[in-house]
Amino acid sequence: MDVDSTQGRMAAYMRDHQEKVVGRWSELVAAGVRGRISAVEVRREIEDLYSLVIRSMSGADEQAYGELRAALAELSRSRARNGFSPTETALGVFALKDVVYELVADADDLVPEFLGFSRMIDDLGLHTFETYAAAREEIIAGQAMTMMELSTPVVRLWEGIIAVPLVGTLDSARTQLVMEKLLDTLVATGADHAVLDITGVPTVDTEVAQHLLKTVNAARLLGADCTICGIRPQVAHTIVSLGIEFGDIATKATLADALAHALKRAGLKVGPA
Amino acid sequence: MERVPIVKIGQTLFVSIQIDLQDESVLRLQEDLADELSKTGAHGVIIDITAVEIVDSFIGRMLTMIGSISRLFDAETVIVGMRPAVAITLTELGLSLRGVRTALNADKGLEMLNGRT
Repeated sequence: MDVDSTQGRMAAYMRDHQEKVVGRWSELVAAGVRGRISAVEVRREIEDLYSLVIRSMSGADEQAYGELRAALAELSRSRARNGFSPTETALGVFALKDVVYELVADADDLVPEFLGFSRMIDDLGLHTFETYAAAREEIIAGQAMTMMELSTPVVRLWEGIIAVPLVGTLDSARTQLVMEKLLDTLVATGADHAVLDITGVPTVDTEVAQHLLKTVNAARLLGADCTICGIRPQVAHTIVSLGIEFGDIATKATLADALAHALKRAGLKVGPA
Repeated sequence: MERVPIVKIGQTLFVSIQIDLQDESVLRLQEDLADELSKTGAHGVIIDITAVEIVDSFIGRMLTMIGSISRLFDAETVIVGMRPAVAITLTELGLSLRGVRTALNADKGLEMLNGRT
């Protein structure tokens, strides 16, 4: 018995019981997503998928299998975006196997057909899972990007004085971004003093210090002076223990001190009004 | 060979680099600058590199050398108008241009020199 004809028989059998299978399958899926998608919507999705499953099994339509995979990919992407768990997403596909099994349990002569069908569903389930994982990866990459942008603002403190409040760990990629943004702002605003505030940097090791020094050196090449401030007690302790030298770079305890220093360098004085 | 013009403004020599620097033109510039410094007794040199988009270690060394030459004539060198990308490249190369000062633009560079004299 060749594969096509068994699949054909199975497809015919499933088409005959369409109403029953779709009903039961929708029920299982709706229970799986626990009311986060309306029953009507689930039913519509399932009907579309079911007709594609039958079309690709009957073998009459060569594009049907591709369409089915595309439809499942779209479905799992939307599940991933809406925060469904991988199990909930994959179960949606595997539930069809249960339903069809219930159906063929009465008819003894469909066992080989059911095996072929089962293999196809497994394939589709894996495909769903893969798409789900890929979609999640995309989301995470997007969020990382957003965080990167959020965490590197350059603010203007005074005429000619800008500040970079650094929050989070400084790795090479972030340093690069901070450096580019700082230098661009220096050129754009004509500021000649920059304050690097590291209050939000949890740890300073030799690598982070190296990155800070690079940033300061690049700013100096443009002709701007840099002050590092916001070094917390534990961080100061680490820096000294590691033997990190900031050389002739001015360091201040707080942003206020750094601003006062910068104003003094610019020949300005703030006093009581 | 293209030559970089040297313009004297008051007590300052102004050099604006607007060509792709070749080894020869750099050597020529260093000679010209030394000549001009000894002739005019200028106390400051401003090198404008706004138009320089690509740097390598050679150009980095050239800038430091110009600084050293000028210091022999008791003149201070200020590099002005460096582009951010150039600054990043120089830092990555580990060059910090010791012996020369830097300013954001020609205006600030002039101010820096005048503050000294």
